[in-house]
Amino acid sequence: MTEPLLEVRDLTVEFRSGGAWHPAVRNVDLSIAPRETLAVVGESGSGKSVTALAVMGLVPAPAGRIAAGSSIRLSGRELVGLGERELDRVRGDRVAMIFQEPMTALNPTMTVGEQVAESVRAHRGLGAQAARREALRVLDLVKVPSAARRMDDYPHQFSGGMRQRVMIAMALACHPAVLLADEPTTALDVTIQAQVLSLVEDLKREHGLGVLFITHNLGVVALIADRVAVMYAGEVVETAPAAELFETPRHPYTEALLASMPRVDRDVGALEPIQGNVPSIREIGPGCAFAPRCAHAQARCRESRPRLEPEGAARSVRCWLRTASP
Amino acid sequence: MSAKPILSVEGLGKRFEVGGGLLRRPAQVHAVVDASFEVAERACLGLVGESGCGKSTLARCLLRLVEPDEGRIVFEGEDVRSLDGPALRRLRRRMQMVFQDPYASLNPRRTVRQTLAEPLVVHGLATGEAVDARVEAALAEVGLPPDSAPRFPHEFSGGQRQRIGIARALVLEPRFIVADEPVSALDVSVQAQVLKLLEALRERHGLSMLFVSHDLGVVRHVCDRVAVMYLGRVVEEAPVPDIFDRPLHPYTRMLRAASPVPDARARFSLPRVEGEIPSAMDPPGGCAFHPRCPSALARCAKERPALADLRGGHRVACFLHSPEAAP
Amino acid sequence: MSAPAAVLPARGWTRRFRANPTSWLGVALIAAVVLAALLASTIWPLDPLEQNVAERLMAPTAAHPLGTDTFGRDVLARLLHAARISLLIGAFSIALAMTIGSAIGIAAGYLGGWFDAAVTSLLDVLLSFPTLLLGLMVVAMLGPSMGNLVIAIAITELAPFARVARAPTITLKGRDFVEAGRALGFSDLRLVVVHIIPNLLSEVVVVASLWLATAIRTEASLSFIGLGVKPPTATWGGMIREGFENILDAPWLALAPSLAILVTVLGLNLLGDGLRDAIDPRARRD
Ligand SMILES: Nc1ncnc2c1ncn2[C@@H]1O[C@H](COP(=O)(O)OP(=O)(O)OP(=O)(O)O)[C@@H](O)[C@H]1O
Ligand SMILES: Nc1ncnc2c1ncn2[C@@H]1O[C@H](COP(=O)(O)OP(=O)(O)OP(=O)(O)O)[C@@H](O)[C@H]1O
Ligand code: SF4
Ligand code: SF4
Ligand SMILES: [Mg+2]
Ligand SMILES: [Mg+2]
Repeated sequence: MTEPLLEVRDLTVEFRSGGAWHPAVRNVDLSIAPRETLAVVGESGSGKSVTALAVMGLVPAPAGRIAAGSSIRLSGRELVGLGERELDRVRGDRVAMIFQEPMTALNPTMTVGEQVAESVRAHRGLGAQAARREALRVLDLVKVPSAARRMDDYPHQFSGGMRQRVMIAMALACHPAVLLADEPTTALDVTIQAQVLSLVEDLKREHGLGVLFITHNLGVVALIADRVAVMYAGEVVETAPAAELFETPRHPYTEALLASMPRVDRDVGALEPIQGNVPSIREIGPGCAFAPRCAHAQARCRESRPRLEPEGAARSVRCWLRTASP
Repeated sequence: MSAKPILSVEGLGKRFEVGGGLLRRPAQVHAVVDASFEVAERACLGLVGESGCGKSTLARCLLRLVEPDEGRIVFEGEDVRSLDGPALRRLRRRMQMVFQDPYASLNPRRTVRQTLAEPLVVHGLATGEAVDARVEAALAEVGLPPDSAPRFPHEFSGGQRQRIGIARALVLEPRFIVADEPVSALDVSVQAQVLKLLEALRERHGLSMLFVSHDLGVVRHVCDRVAVMYLGRVVEEAPVPDIFDRPLHPYTRMLRAASPVPDARARFSLPRVEGEIPSAMDPPGGCAFHPRCPSALARCAKERPALADLRGGHRVACFLHSPEAAP
Repeated sequence: MSAPAAVLPARGWTRRFRANPTSWLGVALIAAVVLAALLASTIWPLDPLEQNVAERLMAPTAAHPLGTDTFGRDVLARLLHAARISLLIGAFSIALAMTIGSAIGIAAGYLGGWFDAAVTSLLDVLLSFPTLLLGLMVVAMLGPSMGNLVIAIAITELAPFARVARAPTITLKGRDFVEAGRALGFSDLRLVVVHIIPNLLSEVVVVASLWLATAIRTEASLSFIGLGVKPPTATWGGMIREGFENILDAPWLALAPSLAILVTVLGLNLLGDGLRDAIDPRARRD
């Protein structure tokens, strides 16, 4: 196996609420190799965005903090504990993020070309002319139609899909090794989504990127992911190669997610919704976080928290059912 | 169509004027053009298409929340467009709407009880204690605890709010529900809860439904027939199995191919979807899909295909399947 | 998660209002002025109109803590009674401006079309006049009297209320819950009264507290020019004008009512700002 580009170990991120710290992300382990897409899936509020923000060093202080003992290594270099200036250099240089909402992440008063050029200049120290040329190159790369003409347009003159491609162009302009994409297609039509996904796929192949792809759409996962991490209530509950995850889900939550999804390709009979809601970060008990909604929950599940145990060479599961008796 | 239609729509059209000023002539958006379809008694018609193709406008026209410019809407034998005043209010007892955004669709300053009681009182369907009884029944019907009644919308999750929105649509005991993307804002698991609820209610009350969505998976699960819209026009309409397993129109095929399936074995190479969605303000001539169509013929740029009836209640507007041109 | 957008006051605004010390200062100042006005005769039982030529232009003493004016009337008594008139005129004119102005704004926003266009241009014209000039013109047309003064001040403040009510009406009209109401067969009147007005009231109230300060200033200015309430009735503006004639010999005559206006206006502005910060979702930090 190749050396991972990004390796997250035991990441815990806490937020302050009502005078106490509550973990929104708990003991998360992830790794991404070059040319690999790791999809992170889970319901809203399961901690996907917070995980990506932590990698970017963007956990909002003072309301939030990365807990002691967490480690985020990028090409072997520890990021936790770096100062703001060094982090700034890492961001954009080595790791870039596409944010969930393109309209709020783009500046409405600057032309698209200026914004891409600016991020090129900030990270690669190019002159104004060179930066503009580079901006045009990446806008062409992400297939903004007639980019030379349209780079002087403002974001609101672009369609949603084009804006999303501009975000990707900005992220790529700095030749990152790792791309964090936070639900980059959720707001898009399926046809535009397909365009954006195939763009990311091409870039990965051609430039050796490692991609962390956050989504709650299992269909998208099946399309693009090499490996999948399923998150629930701030924890990774299952990781597996994509093909195996859909074939043989091992965690009851993964199973339930798959059973609750209507499909285009065949009739599924009755849907089986997961009853109840994702718990808020303030109401997580000592046991398995999924226990209140789990069809297989036993007494032990409510008392102590299962660990993420390896299963075979490439998978791991966090569930008492899958843990050999102590 | 065999079953008696509860709703039939013919040649429905709606234009919006946008961007007009003192000196500038406003541009026209053709949001819905010449839409015709029927919904059978107790059936559910799905309406799919890309963002901005006119789905919501069409849905709102049916309830006269948007005034159509032309066409006929016949609901239970009544000409909807000619209704006025009290007759329109009576129509609105029989046809109701469920909205997409569970946050925007409830008045934040009204309790659940007030929200559910108001329609009953306005239509004079209940007074005094009968109101409370019916509110409670409505809550039970959508699976919310009775103690929800005195609470405000912000105390509920998205899925619970959507249930309140459904309860509000049901208190008047309508025969027909227009649901405009009722689950698009919800998480998969919650989406499944709400879909199941809608299914159960349809069964129990013999409701008919128009179900707008851009998620083909959801439509396949919920609907009996599907109409596919492109730039304001219905380009294909057929029973669910035909649309999903034997789509005829190249646009329907593109939608179907671009819809992801949660199965890594079905990991087809990503479809190369070319071209942006053209603007409804300036739709291409001929077949509006021709700039993006992989099978476009020479005539497609000049003539517009008519929506032709094929066998088995399958209708499609494409020269590949019917040489008939629209007048 | 999509946040419930604009227009609607953020939840917990009363808590935020109470947590803000400057809004408390505003409340305290206004409470003091209102109490003083209400209890004028109890606090200081002298007659504000009783003349005493022998005691003209006396400097502050124990018997007359703020001195006396050219007619030998007690300035403190006049100041307290003037507070009643000034606050009443301010309150009545704001109530009038708020009711009519918001009604115009809501109607324009709700009906839209040419009516909205016409109202908006009219408001722009109205807003382009300086407040005082507008008040002056109206009083000059109607003639000076207390009722006309209220009307004149109300007219100068119609436009801000109309504007502040119109914008959220347009937003709310497009919100799904109003649309849902139409689908349920609710009348326009019900939609406006039950579903739109309660959701924009808080903004209007904020504007009211800020413009009440302006109303009091306008009343003072008009009275100062002599177009306000007729003498001998005491108003703050009138007192400043009378004091001005003897500004060198008896500066307290103009100073006392000026300070009273200052305190009231400051109090109202603090109160209004506090309300706005508490209600405005953009100021929200949770
Ligand atoms: N700034 C913050 N302050 C307090 N809590 C926060 C903050 N940001 C996130 N959280 C909490 O952390 C948890 C995880 O949030 P996160 O945004 O990572 O979810 P997500 O998986 O990205 O969900 P979505 O699919 O909705 O984007 C949530 O319970 C959220 O309430
Ligand atoms: N009130 C309006 N004024 C002007 N244009 C409008 C108005 N409402 C809709 N439109 C335009 O009509 C077209 C159809 O809009 P509609 O909302 O019906 O689309 P939709 O299919 O529901 O899209 P989505 O999937 O994004 O909800 C769009 O081009 C839209 O911009
Ligand atoms: S540990 Fe228990 S409750 Fe948790 S997922 Fe496994 S079986 Fe369910
Ligand atoms: S009519 Fe022509 S352009 Fe239109 S869908 Fe059919 S083949 Fe394509
Ligand atoms: Mg997120
Ligand atoms: Mg819509």
